[in-house]
Amino acid sequence: MIDYKRSNIKLWSRLGSCGAFGVAANELAQTSDKVLMITSDLCFYSGLNRFKSKYSDRLYNCGIAEQNMVGVAAGLAKEGFVPFATTYATFAAARCADQVRVNMGYMKLNMKLVGLTAGVSVGILGPTHISIEDIAIIRSIPNIIILSPADCTETVKATIAAAQIDAPVYLRLSGPMNNPVVYTQDYEFEIGKAIELKDGDDVSIIATGTMVYNSLKAAQILDQKYSIKSKVIDMHTIKPLDTQIIDQSCKNKLLVTVEEHSKIGGLGSAVAEYLSEKSVRPPQLIIGFCDEYKHAASYDYLIKQYELEPEQIAEKIALKYKNMKG
Amino acid sequence: MIDKSLIKKCQMASKKIRIDIIKMTYAVGNVGAHIGGALSMVEIMSALYLGVMKYDVNNPSWERRDRFILSKGHGVMAQYAALKEAGFIGEEDLLTFKKNETQLFAHPSINIGMGVEFSSGSLGQGLSLGVGTALALKRKSNEKSKVFVLLGDGECDEGSVWEAAACSSHYKLSNLVAIVDKNNLQYDGPTEDVLSMESLEKKWADFGWNCLSVDGHCEEEILDALNTKCDLPLAIIANTIKGKGVSFMENDPTWHNNHLTKQQFCQAMEEQGVQSV
Repeated sequence: MIDYKRSNIKLWSRLGSCGAFGVAANELAQTSDKVLMITSDLCFYSGLNRFKSKYSDRLYNCGIAEQNMVGVAAGLAKEGFVPFATTYATFAAARCADQVRVNMGYMKLNMKLVGLTAGVSVGILGPTHISIEDIAIIRSIPNIIILSPADCTETVKATIAAAQIDAPVYLRLSGPMNNPVVYTQDYEFEIGKAIELKDGDDVSIIATGTMVYNSLKAAQILDQKYSIKSKVIDMHTIKPLDTQIIDQSCKNKLLVTVEEHSKIGGLGSAVAEYLSEKSVRPPQLIIGFCDEYKHAASYDYLIKQYELEPEQIAEKIALKYKNMKG
Repeated sequence: MIDKSLIKKCQMASKKIRIDIIKMTYAVGNVGAHIGGALSMVEIMSALYLGVMKYDVNNPSWERRDRFILSKGHGVMAQYAALKEAGFIGEEDLLTFKKNETQLFAHPSINIGMGVEFSSGSLGQGLSLGVGTALALKRKSNEKSKVFVLLGDGECDEGSVWEAAACSSHYKLSNLVAIVDKNNLQYDGPTEDVLSMESLEKKWADFGWNCLSVDGHCEEEILDALNTKCDLPLAIIANTIKGKGVSFMENDPTWHNNHLTKQQFCQAMEEQGVQSV
């Protein structure tokens, strides 16, 4: 059994989301002989080195051939195995979109696609390797569950939950090494059930992935600097969306979504699509990447360029909030 | 040596499959159907379904069954007709071909009960599914079952086919058989003109497969090749004729997807030795 003790949570955070995924993979291997890991020349990068040394016969490396990897995983899934296929998020979603669509969307085969380094954590590798569109692409394909964990502890939980549910899942891993910690102890994780991390009755901030931490920080700034009280929600499942918690969030005067993903087609879009049918709803502010590829740079640098630092998020929210009242 | 009665059985099935393909095409009317590539794979279907593959129509998900994957999904009329010969579906099912709400539309749709292992239609994906299935069977210590994947020669333009081909030999998938229906035509014309792939035999062999070349309209040769035992994945290049068995369709790319007039239908049926009204 995996131990969610403080030292482990710290360790996983240091390892980053890929390392945390590897920890969960080892745990899964111990509990079920059906779980397999498939990768496209990214065994080490996926945090699977320990898995490889302990369960070498349960890891298939397909080489740098992502489209084939998705098909291989689908074939294994149909025969009753639970394969996790790992590659960079952008290759998973964009390069393999048709394989994902046919095998996961259309045939609903029980495979798990793991998108590594989603967002801009590998920003210095340039626009070919960052992933700002993966949620948009996969969200538009029917039948695929999308998980976007907030930190490394949630990555462990989401990986285990993905294995346990009999459905195709896209697991979006994001954030740098030394991933900030949102969850400091064990908690209940359920696919499709978002988590309210902080209550407040002026603004509702619905965030996903790394932006959950930044939103919590932004909420502090909003409180201290602008006396704006925010509710903060971790929307770890983008699909199916927890509409109940969105309904509850609509009681506040402003609804904000924050994500390390393009403003087009991601969490903000999903929430807006849901709310568009409501006659009474608060205004929505979508915070995410603007519609452009920034020049290659480090994670921190790009987060600032895309205006996703806690101070920048707080400032945008405060401005919108003030203008509404005026 | 292949048993003479088995060859005979497959030949009889080929005849019926070809007739059913013509009937299905005529029945859909002006929308037409992918008849050319269905007719080229008839003998491959009968050799597999009547000659080689193990399955149980009363228990379609039988673990020890052989798995067939139609990667060139547009040829599905030949598979439907073969599934009828195998006893998975009936004549009445064939009559629903391409009708609204049918299970039998223009590409295969996953339905184990009906004997269809996977959905296909988007080319270049079936061999990867075959690799995954073959790996799974090995994992389950199922030494009895084999995985057969049928591809088109035009389909071999897709890079993902070769990703899967390399993967198959890397994992020494001796339980995997790829059959290429090499009818030398694709949608836009002769494969040599559209995208020349040089020698397919050499390509598969270079990718680490045991590669054989057969007359794709000779049941005996196909059966013989399918019975080959070796430690490598097996590729069979089946040299075929698109539109085989209907004189005015043979080697004519316009019959990739086309409809039959009444007169054409009667002639096509007569060429099968069937007098139609």
